[in-house]
Amino acid sequence: MDDARQPLIEIAGVSKHFGEGEARVDALRDIGLTVRRGEVVALLGPSGSGKTTLLNVIGCIIAPTVGRVTLDGELVYDNRALRGDLRRLRLDKIGFIFQFHNLLPFLNARDNVALVLTLAGRSSAEAQAQAVELLDYLEVGHRKDTMPALLSGGEAQRVAIARALANSPRIILADEPTAALDSKRAGIVMDLLRKLAAEQDACIVAVTHDEKIYDRFDRLFHLRDGVLEVQGEEAT
Amino acid sequence: MNLAYRDVRHNLFRFVLTCLGLSLLMAVVLAMIGIYNGLVADALNIVKAPQADLWVVESGTQGPFAEASKIPGSTRDAVARLHGVAEAGSITYQTVEARHAGDTLRLYVIGYEPGRPGGPQAIAEGRGITQTHFELVADRQTGLVVGDRIRLGRNSFAVVGLVEDTMNSGGDPAAFITLVDAQTLQSQLAPPAQRVQTARGAGLLESADTVAAVIARLEPAADPQGVATTVRQWKHLGALTQAEQEAILIGSVVDRAKRQIGLFLGILLTVSAVVIALIIYTMTMEKLKQIATLKLIGAPDRTIVSLIVQQSLALGMVGWSFGLILILLVKDYFPRRVVLEPVNAAALGGIIIVVCIVASGLGVRAALKVDPATAIGG
Ligand SMILES: Nc1ncnc2c1ncn2[C@@H]1O[C@H](COP(=O)(O)OP(=O)(O)O)[C@@H](O)[C@H]1O
Ligand SMILES: [Mg+2]
Repeated sequence: MDDARQPLIEIAGVSKHFGEGEARVDALRDIGLTVRRGEVVALLGPSGSGKTTLLNVIGCIIAPTVGRVTLDGELVYDNRALRGDLRRLRLDKIGFIFQFHNLLPFLNARDNVALVLTLAGRSSAEAQAQAVELLDYLEVGHRKDTMPALLSGGEAQRVAIARALANSPRIILADEPTAALDSKRAGIVMDLLRKLAAEQDACIVAVTHDEKIYDRFDRLFHLRDGVLEVQGEEAT
Repeated sequence: MNLAYRDVRHNLFRFVLTCLGLSLLMAVVLAMIGIYNGLVADALNIVKAPQADLWVVESGTQGPFAEASKIPGSTRDAVARLHGVAEAGSITYQTVEARHAGDTLRLYVIGYEPGRPGGPQAIAEGRGITQTHFELVADRQTGLVVGDRIRLGRNSFAVVGLVEDTMNSGGDPAAFITLVDAQTLQSQLAPPAQRVQTARGAGLLESADTVAAVIARLEPAADPQGVATTVRQWKHLGALTQAEQEAILIGSVVDRAKRQIGLFLGILLTVSAVVIALIIYTMTMEKLKQIATLKLIGAPDRTIVSLIVQQSLALGMVGWSFGLILILLVKDYFPRRVVLEPVNAAALGGIIIVVCIVASGLGVRAALKVDPATAIGG
């Protein structure tokens, strides 16, 4: 199981539609996708092409209409949800980074990160210490006692990344993580994500529009009207 | 880390404001309970004041509080001679309007025989009545002070002492005077036609020597019902034991007020419950996005439910405490007594806890239904 080539995300025959009849929208059509350990892949595509929907399916936030989803070797969906506690799965295996940071407004930066760790069962002191460590690493340690409303966009995004990485997830999902940042900062954030993925033996799937950071991905996937086209070489 | 507490602290001003609003509502509920208790306590006080065992009244009446009762003054001697009676005293009750300090003062005038049962129990200030005529002991609520003079009928009375918490069920404060003075006052204030008749000496009951009731204290060994039965054999007299008298008062005078206030209290509690439910529901709805985020990062339902329930309980309890403090601060400024027993406050607290838990059920339902995907985007 220590095989570096072990797939963390395996998706086969996944389709997802919203609504029925006239109102039916086919957001994903027969998607197949495999992402392995250490891989950093990008999801590209015009607005409405299904990128967020695909990310949500991988993150067990929405169930696919049909298809199989296997995460870290565990079959999670096979035309239906196979696990009752998807939330626990998310807590243990998945870290989310969103376009907008989604930090809890009533907790300061440190506690936003520490919360994930306490939810995962870490003691409060341990969680706090580890949160500060992560924030320091992301160079926002000096803002640890600041409430989210008072953080700049870049700071908030880095705190959100710290939160996504706090529980050492195997799968990091990022929906336009750099959209709120200028391209220099976006490059820094992407480099950071790559580094963290390598260190934690995780994979990253990131939605992006930012052509300037394409070179930081191992593979690019294009979505068009819910159909996936692979570009670039699969890393060897 | 306690999320409920953190969220409250983050929105402290709003939370406190909401609590204050709720506490005003709680204060009104508590005031209503207190007013009702005060009413009952006042009504019973006047019956309990003479420390009687037996009330001898006009036959066929439930006097002297619920109905008018008139019996000859000589009844007292007859009652006092009965086997088992330790002492007896005549008593009269009448509501009188008097002018004092430029205001009209309604007094519940109690005429009693000094040295016999029926007089004021505890003098709070000054002394009791010692003269046969023109001395008066008033309830503090009248606003009279020791040394004041007040005109009742054609005579002027000196206020020699003050008592507390003595008033009739209508809230008129009591004034004690001697029985003789009370009888004089009664004839002075009687309608003119009746006065003419009385002057002609017509009718025993219209004579000057009538009283409202005779109250008797019994020997420790005597049976109140037994003595009452004996009294009832005199055909123009009726007798009520102290317990019966209290029951009549509660049944007749207090019962209507009880239903009136009880209904209002019910409405108030319903309103409070709806308001609490709305506040908690709104509080939760405003947090739905944060709740979705919590779900997204993997927080179990337990975390989300306790966030909502803890906040709603905190809201209820803080509102209740503020309300209690508020009513304790202002209750003495009410014109009538507001009596709050710890058990009332505790009962309201209990009701509020239940309301809060039920109300948070609504919020919890909405929170558990929310799709974690709503945390994404926007
Ligand atoms: N919850 C939903 N209900 C209905 N339609 C949806 C829902 N989510 C997404 N869609 C539709 O699915 C399509 C793909 O959406 P999305 O995955 O958000 O695209 P992208 O992220 O690439 O912009 C769009 O047409 C969108 O309107
Ligand atoms: Mg999108």
